[in-house]
Amino acid sequence: MTANQKAAWVFGGIVVFLAVASAIGALLARRAKSERARATVENLKARVNAWWVMIIVLAIAFTLGKTATLILFAFISFFALREFITLTPTRPSDYLPLLLAFFVLLPGQYLLIGYDQYGTFAIFIPVYGFLLLPAAATLAADTHEFLERNAKIQWATMITIYCISYAPALLLLQIPGYEGSSSLLLFYLLLVVQLSDVMQYVFGKLFGKTKLAPVVSPSKTVEGLVGGALTTTLIGGALWWITPFTWLQALAISFVIVVMGVLGGLTLSAMKRGLGAKDWGVMIEGHGGMLDRMDSVSFAAPVFFHITRYFFT
Amino acid sequence: MRPSSVVLVGLVKLLVGAFPRWVGCAPEPTQRIYFANHTSHIDTMAIWAALPIRMRYRTHPVAARDYWGKGIRRYFATKALRAVLIDRTRTDPNANPLAPLIEVLQRGESLIIFPEGTRGSSAIPAAFKSGLFHLAAQFANVQLVPVYLENLHRSLPKGAVLPIPMTCTVRFGAPISLAPQEPKEVFLERARAEVIKLAGGAQD
Repeated sequence: MTANQKAAWVFGGIVVFLAVASAIGALLARRAKSERARATVENLKARVNAWWVMIIVLAIAFTLGKTATLILFAFISFFALREFITLTPTRPSDYLPLLLAFFVLLPGQYLLIGYDQYGTFAIFIPVYGFLLLPAAATLAADTHEFLERNAKIQWATMITIYCISYAPALLLLQIPGYEGSSSLLLFYLLLVVQLSDVMQYVFGKLFGKTKLAPVVSPSKTVEGLVGGALTTTLIGGALWWITPFTWLQALAISFVIVVMGVLGGLTLSAMKRGLGAKDWGVMIEGHGGMLDRMDSVSFAAPVFFHITRYFFT
Repeated sequence: MRPSSVVLVGLVKLLVGAFPRWVGCAPEPTQRIYFANHTSHIDTMAIWAALPIRMRYRTHPVAARDYWGKGIRRYFATKALRAVLIDRTRTDPNANPLAPLIEVLQRGESLIIFPEGTRGSSAIPAAFKSGLFHLAAQFANVQLVPVYLENLHRSLPKGAVLPIPMTCTVRFGAPISLAPQEPKEVFLERARAEVIKLAGGAQD
């Protein structure tokens, strides 16, 4: 099978999966009697509808190629950073570092990936951004909570720009025997991460009893986590034929992706709750904000990239 | 829709979101005066972009002639936003500065005004100027809708040129009206309190 045929099979599979989900949503809507059940079904339908939109946008970007995919992820980073900064209390004296984050670091990072500069993109934000953002902040001559203010902006740029940009950076990898298929690798990452979230939600709704972390992430349950993680790892292994991995390697790697995704979800959930919010934003109906959808990706993408780069190139 | 308006609304939504929250009234094309807190040059565009399209063209922002009256700003203010320019400096002491606003209200259309008269730098609005009171007294049937703009004072601090992208919500409160024989100061303070109420605890 060529890469295009594989992509067509996987996209086709997702369309069938979503169609089944939509049908279940419509069926449940008819049977829902109580107020609470109706609210759950409404949220489920909104989530599935948002998935349709997301998968269509992704399919269009993939068809158009590398540049379109990079632009799509640059916008994802932009909206995620916008949400992060909105929830983070900043002061007027933070103006310059914030401006640099949005209009220099963000486009810079994606341009470096676009021009295949692995050596620079991997250190651009952790080294140059890390040092120069607080240096720029000193110009405002405001020492009030200087460390805290700059740490917040540094976290924002690391998560929303640097970590998320590792997903489209997969397109740079030259894997022997896998030439021309790197967009499938990006697709594999997104599929495993998002499927893990979906499966945890489904298993949690069906069998969830024991709260996993009631303070940090009230909706997560132990049953949801175990059921979702196991199912997703198995599906990730079963999809080895779209990756450069053997089925055993794919099983192990998808397990790592799932674990990192869970850690990302928990960490960013703790962060947003610490900032006094339940959701990062309101952009994606039923899901919350962009960062509510990308929290697991931001943790899984860098690790997946480096594992693949270290062992397979 | 005019292309300049489409570009402007798109840009405003990309940079500051301008998500509408209809807390105290519905997005209906009733004749209204929207009055809001004022902290940045994007305020006018944010409220305008938050309105449904069918209401945008019958709702005119009020902008200061001394700032918005020249060059490219004038083009955007009068063509894309269809703003009414008001003379803050009162070059002609005998003219009524509210005359262009009264004309809009007489046509049955709506206004967006910033009763503070100038941009503040905090989340809570400063004291209101008397224009809102005079309009309320003259047009008893027009709904007075308080509006609170969240976060814009952080996005574009006074003196800054480029806005920092931020998700701003535009909260529309319950309409108020001028009570019979209500003194000017009491009414203006009550109107200001309605805007502050929508801020929901924001302090600085």
